[in-house]
Amino acid sequence: MSPDLAIDARGLSKHFGDLKAVSALDLKVPRGQIYGFLGPNGSGKSTTIRMLCGLLTPTEGSATVLGTEVPGDSRHLKPKIGYMTQKFSLFGDMTVFENLQFIGEIYSVPKADRPARINDLLDRYNLVAQRDQLAGTMSGGQKQRLALACAVFHRPALLLLDEPTSAVDPQSRRDFWSNLFRLAGEGTTILVSSHYMDEAERCHRLAILDHGVKVADGTPQDLQDQTGMHIIEVVADDPYAAQAAIHDMPQVASVTQLGVRLRVLVPQHVDAPVSLIENVLGTAGIAAQVHTTHATLEDVFVAVTLPAQERSA
Amino acid sequence: MKPLSRIAAIVKKEVRQLRRDRLTFGMVVGLPVIQMLLFGYAINTDVRNLKTAVADQAETHLSRQLVAGLAQTQVVNIVERVASPEELEDRLRRGKISIGVVIPADFDRRVVDRSRSAVQLLVDGSDPTILGVANKLRSMPLAFDSTVRARPGVDIVEVRPYYNPERRTPVNIIPGLIGVILTMTMILFTAVAIVRERERGNLELLINTPVSSAELMIGKIVPYIVIGMLQLALILAVGRLLFDVPVRGSILDLYLCASAFVAANLSLGLLISTAAKTQFQAMQMMVFILLPSILLSGFMFPFDGMPVFAQYIGEALPNTHFIRLSRGIMLRDASIGELLPDLYYLIGFTLVAMTLAALRFTKRLD
Repeated sequence: MSPDLAIDARGLSKHFGDLKAVSALDLKVPRGQIYGFLGPNGSGKSTTIRMLCGLLTPTEGSATVLGTEVPGDSRHLKPKIGYMTQKFSLFGDMTVFENLQFIGEIYSVPKADRPARINDLLDRYNLVAQRDQLAGTMSGGQKQRLALACAVFHRPALLLLDEPTSAVDPQSRRDFWSNLFRLAGEGTTILVSSHYMDEAERCHRLAILDHGVKVADGTPQDLQDQTGMHIIEVVADDPYAAQAAIHDMPQVASVTQLGVRLRVLVPQHVDAPVSLIENVLGTAGIAAQVHTTHATLEDVFVAVTLPAQERSA
Repeated sequence: MKPLSRIAAIVKKEVRQLRRDRLTFGMVVGLPVIQMLLFGYAINTDVRNLKTAVADQAETHLSRQLVAGLAQTQVVNIVERVASPEELEDRLRRGKISIGVVIPADFDRRVVDRSRSAVQLLVDGSDPTILGVANKLRSMPLAFDSTVRARPGVDIVEVRPYYNPERRTPVNIIPGLIGVILTMTMILFTAVAIVRERERGNLELLINTPVSSAELMIGKIVPYIVIGMLQLALILAVGRLLFDVPVRGSILDLYLCASAFVAANLSLGLLISTAAKTQFQAMQMMVFILLPSILLSGFMFPFDGMPVFAQYIGEALPNTHFIRLSRGIMLRDASIGELLPDLYYLIGFTLVAMTLAALRFTKRLD
């Protein structure tokens, strides 16, 4: 495997009975990057992360994680990865300081280094005031910062974050991401799963999962350039009526209302989509402005998770 | 030494959490004391004051003497005198009395004749203990008038109760009760130990750290061994103060055996913990261990009197072996050297259960 890759997964699959949680997933995560893992709930993000850190055995396929084969003896891998669970998994009946101390001990961080490291982390993740508070009594954002502090205590080369921002407010999310950039800048590879589009844009690269299948993979810019769709914005006085009219057009793959605006996805093989839509709206007697625009990641996400027949409409 | 420091980290964490968990902490102290009081005062196999009615159809000097003799034993408490055996049956059925005494009209003649029994006892046989007591009444020597040629009864067999000459129930109960209490609390604590972390999500964090299954298991057991020893001290102190239960043998031997027993129970609890999905399931499984540990261990009924099949189950339970050890050391002043097989069983049980638990606890979620 290339030494530049922190994770190299080949045909990774996981079946739970008849349910194919993850199907033949290939994934290449370069070192030192923030790699986004996007997908709706139940698309196999958590399952993939759990396979990568050795918590679940793949049904098929394998992966090389930091030079260690998965599945295999994950004992040497554990000290090199940090893992932040989707659900808060630290001890609610211990204080912030006690939790950090426990993590330091369990990862065998040298005793002499621990006090300084704990103070450093408390400071860095803005937990100084909560030092002696029971972890279970903290807010969502504070719990999340503690979880991150614990995940990076032993300075892992790879950080696996399973929907770390799903339970926190927007301000905490912004702070959290600036922490992630700082870690990436220090050389940590980060794989982060999310279902927030604005977070996807911050990643160096991202993969989109749908029903256990990888449907897109690349930099945010590449993905936006390669949707295979015309992105058309419609501003109408009566967006609801306009949506109904456009929705019935056989050429249209998807219509989404955003306030007074509609975002319409039309497959690229359809010619002159703007005039097509203008005609339909004109016939229906709906006043509207129609123009093409650039794809956002939201559009990418909608486009790649469409059922196949609608994608080519 | 990484493994040792990781075990120490787990121990420290467990103690911290235990200190903040008031309910569990209360159980450590409360459960033994409450059980001691309940079992010590309530379980009493010396049956006295059974409600009794008499139908004396003879009404002779001799029959009145018999009734007075019965009352003197204090085994029966004569609450009513009725006219006929039918009335006795009626009282029995309604649960008013446990024993009915029928003295026929020709009682005096029957006493001398001896070809037929002179008195009939109608006994509520639905409680075998009462039946047993009534059977003993049969051989009751009655101080009859010298005019009657009843030979003074001399039993062929003389019973000399060793080790518990006063026949006090607590003396027999408490050494066994130590085993029952330790079984209950130790299995309870550890059975929920791993399941609780699974429910709270802590396990997903723990299995992603370098801590190994064995380190986690050992770290979880050590604090409870100390707690088990504290509980033993508490039980012995209460037993001494309230029930005057002696420790005739070496207290060191007793602690040695108890620590092997505690370790066996904790390992068993951990094994349950690896099999159960929820804390509730763990509790349910615990009942399957606890009930036989009370009923089939020799705590309630003499072990040798049980059916062979039940004895096999009993032999498998750690409590059976510990009760033999504790009764031996506390009551018979036996030395540990005389009781080695039971101690070896406890140690072996611990090793097997611990190994199984560590093997079953894979550091995976699937």
